[in-house]
Amino acid sequence: MSQAHIRAAMSGQPNCGKSTMFNAITGGSARVGNYPGITVDRLEGTYRKNGYEIKLVDLPGTYSLTSYSMEEVVARNVIVDEHPDVVINMVDATALERSLYLAVQFMEIGAPLVLGLNMMDEVKRNGVAIDTKKLSQLLNVPVVACTARLGQGREELMAEVVQLAKDTKGLWKPIRLSYGPDLDPILERMAKRIEEEGFMTGRHDPRWVAIKYLEGDELVIEAGRAAGPLSAELEAVCAEAEKTTRLNSNTTPDAIIADWRYGFINGLLKQGVVTGGDELRRNMSDNIDRVVTHKLLGPLIMAGMLWAMFYITFTLGAYPQGWIEDGFTALSDLGTTYIPEGYVQSLIVNGIIGGVGAVIGFTPLILIMFAMLVFLEDLGYMARVAYMMDKVMRIFGLHGMSVMPLIMSGGIPGGCAVPGVMCARTLRSPRERLATILTAPFMVCGAKTTAYLMLVAAFFPQSPTGAMFAVVIAAWAFVLLVSRLLRWTVVKGESTPFVMEIPPYRLPTLRGVAVHTLERVWQYVKKAGTVILAVSIVMWAVMTFPELPEDTVASFDARRSIAEEQVKTANPQATGEDLDKLVSDAQTPITDEQNEAALQYSVGGSVGSFLKPVTDLAGFPWQANIALIGAFAAKEVFVSTMATAYSMGEVDPEDATSLSDRLAADPAWTLPAILSVFVFMLLYTPCMVTVVCIAKESNWKWALFSVGGSMAFAFVMAVVVFHTTKLFV
Amino acid sequence: MSEPICLRQLPVNTQAVIHSVAAAGELGRRIRDMGIVPGTTVQVIGRAPLYDPVALRLRDFTLTLRNSEADHILVIRQD
Repeated sequence: MSQAHIRAAMSGQPNCGKSTMFNAITGGSARVGNYPGITVDRLEGTYRKNGYEIKLVDLPGTYSLTSYSMEEVVARNVIVDEHPDVVINMVDATALERSLYLAVQFMEIGAPLVLGLNMMDEVKRNGVAIDTKKLSQLLNVPVVACTARLGQGREELMAEVVQLAKDTKGLWKPIRLSYGPDLDPILERMAKRIEEEGFMTGRHDPRWVAIKYLEGDELVIEAGRAAGPLSAELEAVCAEAEKTTRLNSNTTPDAIIADWRYGFINGLLKQGVVTGGDELRRNMSDNIDRVVTHKLLGPLIMAGMLWAMFYITFTLGAYPQGWIEDGFTALSDLGTTYIPEGYVQSLIVNGIIGGVGAVIGFTPLILIMFAMLVFLEDLGYMARVAYMMDKVMRIFGLHGMSVMPLIMSGGIPGGCAVPGVMCARTLRSPRERLATILTAPFMVCGAKTTAYLMLVAAFFPQSPTGAMFAVVIAAWAFVLLVSRLLRWTVVKGESTPFVMEIPPYRLPTLRGVAVHTLERVWQYVKKAGTVILAVSIVMWAVMTFPELPEDTVASFDARRSIAEEQVKTANPQATGEDLDKLVSDAQTPITDEQNEAALQYSVGGSVGSFLKPVTDLAGFPWQANIALIGAFAAKEVFVSTMATAYSMGEVDPEDATSLSDRLAADPAWTLPAILSVFVFMLLYTPCMVTVVCIAKESNWKWALFSVGGSMAFAFVMAVVVFHTTKLFV
Repeated sequence: MSEPICLRQLPVNTQAVIHSVAAAGELGRRIRDMGIVPGTTVQVIGRAPLYDPVALRLRDFTLTLRNSEADHILVIRQD
């Protein structure tokens, strides 16, 4: 059968239940990818029945086909470029009038359309009846009543897809909508010229091109300019049309086009399509909102909710995270036991298992955080958060939705920038999203928390709580300040319009939440994993090579033998285990000293010393230099590297009190130097896992900007802090 | 019929009919895509804790926009 393969695209406005239906249709066959060159998700799945194989692409949710945002561009380009055999348009039947706006535009392009009226259960519950047959007749498009949440209407929808593909055989038939006495003659004229010249007609219908010119669609006009000189003529006609409409009705052509589209839909619905209930009411949602977005209660509930999410993510997540870490420790032990000592062992145990283990350890956090986030998002609560927070965040050039990523990243100490950066994808406005992604790593993440706890214990033992609190406040201040700066400079531009729908509360399906969460986690593991493996190996090499010269190693070995001899002669009675313990006690300081020397001798150490003249400006002790370089791999490394640098051997980052004592005793740590390191640690380059995430969520250019920009900013701030405090101390 | 007023000035829980939308460019298009075209009935159903943004009910759904964006929309009060 020639029609056995059908390519269909799934489209719809945001919150119409499109993804739920997509999941119901494709089952477990959905594959995630990205559209080439951009980060918008591309979901593909297959549906098979009666010898037909339907390949389904899930388009991003969009209100209209005029392209401004990435989602809209993608939605349109897939339709125009890939020319699917059928377009399925899911429609929120509880807001039928607005939802049909997109459908009408699909019909204008000429795409063979199947309309899925979703949420029919809700419509019925509200005492409203929608005559699908009548609607189908009036639009001349098959219409199927669905309840995606329950999987109802799925088979009927696909049957219509098959039927339509058979009927149209891939042929597109654009409809001609009237845009009133002002625009119709102009459109006619433009379409005729376009047809004569064969202007972009390879891809588009002439009349549609004319409409896009009148709408001022930037992408189409740009493509038109490249296509030929007719563009100038068309643009002149548009300017003329604008003059006419200004004169006649004091408005612009694009406004008239929207008005007439809505007029068309309105006229259609008035012909007995919708009966019962003057309007669909959303009493339940409104009643809930009276409490949830209340002037005083609203922010309180929100704070409670955010805190609970945070608490659950990092408390509950700690258990599986611990298991995974234990698993990797066991793996390291296996490696240590079975691989002969040397480079290979060190590379596999310290470089690969350690580095990848740190990354995989985050997966439970990401899983839990995303499950809750997807739940709240699907429930409709995140839209309310944005609504309540927008005013405050806007002052700093951010968006109401920026709150969540910032808190996740460590707005409450102990967060992590990795899930934080990833959850910034809930922001639809690109500039605010970028500003959020770039500043979120300044927050006090869990790894920084351990380092600060150690430093605070060393230097502010009398008021540790106050010091930690000051660090957190400083983090928030820097985030907001830098966002404002970024939005004035590199990410400048008008704030994106906050024209946003507040969907009614709807209980999400378990399946939907699970599918979305697992997609995210898998992407993280797969993509981050590969890059991080490479960086771990590099970091391991930097801290290992070159090794100490042989004679130096030999002298340490000699000192260890001498120590052993001394212990033996001093304790002639001791035997077996007791003796071994005494010997190892005596040898440990020497081994620590050797490790310190090795670290100083390595590339990392050399870079640290090399940078000393520069970092002296900020007053860093040399140990902090190396520790900060090492902490690029993961900020936890700061504590362990400091321990090595202070000849402490292995120190558990969770319990660093003895290290704190050592630090407190070192005269290099003056108050200006302490504060300078505090500030630098807060602001400098995000850890490599975060950098990879930033690259994935934006692109490598911004990731590198984040590395270089934060480094420069952190250094300048550290120098400023060092020298100002020096004036007062 | 009363004079058109700016949507920003419309008190909570009052109904109005859109008179005109003065916004151009992306903002204008977004507003229109969401169904704010002349003749549409809207109702202010709430304001955020800091008075901005504002929540509207129209065409059976709820929309929020900022006061600065509401400035571009003229409405006629229905009392």
